[in-house]
Amino acid sequence: MAEISAHSGPGTTDIRAHYLELIQRKRLYGGLTLSIFALLMVSGFLLADSRNAGGFWGGILNIFDFPAQVIGEASEKIALMPGHLVTFFPALIETINIAAVSTLVGAMLGTVLSLLSTRGLARYPRMIPLFRRLMDIMRAIPEIVIALVLIFVLGGGPVPAMIAIAFHTAGALGKLFSEVNENASLKPVEGLQSVGATWLQRMWLGVIPQVAPNYLSYGLLRFEINIRASAILGFVGAGGIGYELKNAISWGQGKFDEAAAIFVLLFAAIVVFDQISSHFRNRLTGGKG
Amino acid sequence: MLLSVENVTKTFGRNKAVDNVSFALEKSAMIGIIGRSGAGKSTFLRMVNRLTDAITGAIKFDGRDILHLKAAEKRAWQSDCAMIFQQFNLVPRMDVVSNVLHGTLNRRSTFATMFNLYPQGDIHRAIDILDRLGIAEQAPKRAEALSGGQQQRVAIARALMQDPKIILADEPIASLDPMNAQVVMQALRRIHEEDGRMVIANLHTLDTARRYCDRVIGMRGGRIVFDGTPDQLTTGVARDIYGADASFSEAATSTSIEALETPAERAVHQAEATV
Repeated sequence: MAEISAHSGPGTTDIRAHYLELIQRKRLYGGLTLSIFALLMVSGFLLADSRNAGGFWGGILNIFDFPAQVIGEASEKIALMPGHLVTFFPALIETINIAAVSTLVGAMLGTVLSLLSTRGLARYPRMIPLFRRLMDIMRAIPEIVIALVLIFVLGGGPVPAMIAIAFHTAGALGKLFSEVNENASLKPVEGLQSVGATWLQRMWLGVIPQVAPNYLSYGLLRFEINIRASAILGFVGAGGIGYELKNAISWGQGKFDEAAAIFVLLFAAIVVFDQISSHFRNRLTGGKG
Repeated sequence: MLLSVENVTKTFGRNKAVDNVSFALEKSAMIGIIGRSGAGKSTFLRMVNRLTDAITGAIKFDGRDILHLKAAEKRAWQSDCAMIFQQFNLVPRMDVVSNVLHGTLNRRSTFATMFNLYPQGDIHRAIDILDRLGIAEQAPKRAEALSGGQQQRVAIARALMQDPKIILADEPIASLDPMNAQVVMQALRRIHEEDGRMVIANLHTLDTARRYCDRVIGMRGGRIVFDGTPDQLTTGVARDIYGADASFSEAATSTSIEALETPAERAVHQAEATV
């Protein structure tokens, strides 16, 4: 059998040469791509550095100054911390409320959109691309953009934030839900169709029981994301803990102790909800639900 | 004329699944449709229930053409024409009684059914039907927790809950063991005899068709190649229907328990085959 590996006829020399040529071309392309990438990185960095007000190299050394000042000021006034936690707790509740309502509304809208855009389940099969693009648009527009527009129209407060997050959530969850729907068995749906059930009855009684655990799992994940989103929207005037944070964290007001308390609250809230939701998601996807 | 099927044709692309099928029924009966897989049996039943649309032809029930019903009228017809499936097609995560109550979906408002609000009378009737089929004690369990034979009986209960004029059964025993197959076929026969409902069943074993049906229709390649009483269904005819050669033996594929127990009968069949 050693012959097979050792033998090299006139045919194989051709193949060798051809293969080597192929490899060299691949290496050339690889090298070119890498150098273009490096060039882009360097030129982009230089451009950004020249536009930067303070200069990157000057600023990078001071990167820890701000956190150090926050921590320093907060530790000086550590005695005030429990008081601050109590003061800002209602704001945290408001933020969580915004997240919860918008997750619920968004999930309901997303459910409808996902059913309308799943092949085999859709009420109007020809409209599937329309509903898919609609969800793409809803996902593509950042929450903060919608919130800014709505705050301008409706005035500041939790309602514009809720609408903005719900809109984005509907698009994001609709996409995930429709992927879940694709894995649902069509047999129960057909069974219900054979008794003369309407589309709504087929979906609600035939599809939803199958997909509910997965929907809930994705919904909980989205809830975590929406808590962060609603905190950020506070910065643009949507109320909640984000608004308080924006006020406290502005430079030179001596309110860094409050900022630290808010960070602690936010961090704790996100950890708590992350733990709760991962617990329930494990149970749901583990098949015990 | 109770049911008349006139020149019904269905094509999938170039493939003729059902080819110019016609037959008529004067009065309620239990009919078996036999034929090998791909003969168009399932497609035909699905057209009667309007799960699949026919290309041409007419199916008249009590003189009304049901192939051209639309929307609400179509759903009302589906509610009069119950269907039983090979894979039961129940909602697995819902309890047995809810699955049976699904038979009333067409008569109740969408809103009420979405919140599982069924009249108490309906719930009692559902449990009575389950009792009649011998599975009342399974009522609160989830459908997915039941055995195949029990699930198929739940599906029959759902069909009965519809109070239908016709019951269509698409290979109702194809995924069941012989014992459960017998229970299910007996249930269908009883429903026909006691309630006088018309039953049309696709069957894949000849002995089942012979034993339970009043009339047997044989299909091959989408066409009807046999239409007669079970007595007329000889081994020769069966060979024609299935396009089999002389080695074809009924006992080899039989699901009835007797067929396995009587080698004498098998010998007779083999003798028939050699003649």
